[in-house]
Amino acid sequence: MSEEETPTKVGSTRRTVLKAGATTTLAAGTPLPALLGEAPASAAAAATATSPVEVSLTVNGVARPCTVEPRVTLLDALRERLGLTGTKKGCDRGECGACTVLVDGRRIKSCLTLAVMQQGKEITTVEGLARGDRLHPVQAAFVREDGLQCGFCTPGQIMSAVALIGEGHTRSDDEIREWMSGNLCRCSCYPNIVAAVREAAKEMS
Amino acid sequence: MRAFAYTPADSPEAAVRLAAEPQARYIAGGTDLLNLMKDGVQQHDRLIDINNLPLREITVSEDRVRLGALARMSDVAGHPGVRRRLPLLSQALLAGASPQVRNMASIGGNLLQRTRCWYFRDSTMPCNKREPGSGCSALEGLNRWHAVLGGSDRCIAVHPSDLAVALTALDATVTTLSAQGPRSIPVREFYLSPGDTPDRETVLRPGELITGLDVPATDRSAESRYLKVRDRATFEFAVVSVAAVVAVRHGVVRQASLAFGGVAPRPWRSPEAEQALIGRPLHAATVAAAGRALVRGAIPREHNGFKIPLVQRALADVLDGFGGRR
Repeated sequence: MSEEETPTKVGSTRRTVLKAGATTTLAAGTPLPALLGEAPASAAAAATATSPVEVSLTVNGVARPCTVEPRVTLLDALRERLGLTGTKKGCDRGECGACTVLVDGRRIKSCLTLAVMQQGKEITTVEGLARGDRLHPVQAAFVREDGLQCGFCTPGQIMSAVALIGEGHTRSDDEIREWMSGNLCRCSCYPNIVAAVREAAKEMS
Repeated sequence: MRAFAYTPADSPEAAVRLAAEPQARYIAGGTDLLNLMKDGVQQHDRLIDINNLPLREITVSEDRVRLGALARMSDVAGHPGVRRRLPLLSQALLAGASPQVRNMASIGGNLLQRTRCWYFRDSTMPCNKREPGSGCSALEGLNRWHAVLGGSDRCIAVHPSDLAVALTALDATVTTLSAQGPRSIPVREFYLSPGDTPDRETVLRPGELITGLDVPATDRSAESRYLKVRDRATFEFAVVSVAAVVAVRHGVVRQASLAFGGVAPRPWRSPEAEQALIGRPLHAATVAAAGRALVRGAIPREHNGFKIPLVQRALADVLDGFGGRR
């Protein structure tokens, strides 16, 4: 999926159907802001201080200006503002690793940082790995080794694996397991994920 | 997350000035703070981003290691000089969190992370630490994770940092800056016991900024070990942990510095256990005596009594690594 086409995409994709479904469900009961845990705007002064700011995020080599409130995480900015939905939102508490991206080449959890804190950094998401139709060796290895079942954790697993191979933590399966420990897989595809990382590391060395 | 204002600071002095605002808070890695804010455990009107401050140095000199407060866990853990001179620090850091979080979390922030007590983290439950006077849900509730040493009838939450346990064994010093100027605080005096005020966790003044850590690295004869016991192999907080710096010469303990995690509301140094070792041969009887000295006065609750034998066994295991016997 190219970055540019996502926001303007028309027609019914799996995602728009899911979104519509979710909205219908929510509308039946609680107001959306309450569900999101947002307090109603109180003092006018607070509203000014906390109002949206212009930021420019450099994602997959492209400068992407957007407007975010300070409280917007990097994860939400990528998904909701820039339409880069490859990065997944699992626990939103830094425990599952589905939101893993690279910032200046280092893997981080994008749910645990604010978009406003990441200006001027080079952000790489799963959308930035393939070269046209040619998959990144780690992506290809996950396909070959069947390193997924439902696939929800996969973008985070792949981003973590790309970083881990760069860090050199692939000397044994145990070492791969330890250094992939920040990425959970509820389908429990761990043996195949370890195999994919091991094979990709061999290929990339 | 409730809305807040965001201001990056461009110098430590400017950060401290901004922090005079009552509901302002510093943000470095953000790995604990943002979770607390998402869960409504903490609310702040302004976050002061301190990541641009020049506090990232890792300097290894003849007799000490100096760490800037903003050095990341992974950078310190992987630093060749740190691994050579203070392997305990590196081990403790690598035992904590996950690779991604270690890339984000700062050394200063690590010291200030809040307890994992599930009642503290659940803003719908009474908790004296979160809301003074509301009561402690853990005393009569699910308290398997909680303190057996150093707690009070107001709070038995444990401090979660592995790093702080290692620094306590290493006699490190925290350096800070506040409106009153810079100061140095020994880590052993940095954390407060809960007593009647479990909401006060450290001696830091409002708005005081941690600028770094000084860790002595003088004794080249001492060996160190960090052992962390947890419910799963990795990416989990300690049930109990032990940081030990021990020098044994001709079979006799010359020096022992022991700190424990997972058992108390603050990193728990045990001078009693140390005294039971120093000057004695590292025999099974000595090790057992040190274990007994460590847990003297321990108070088990309904679900955490297992920590009392467990921490003694963990200590015995660690001492075994220095040539002792169980």
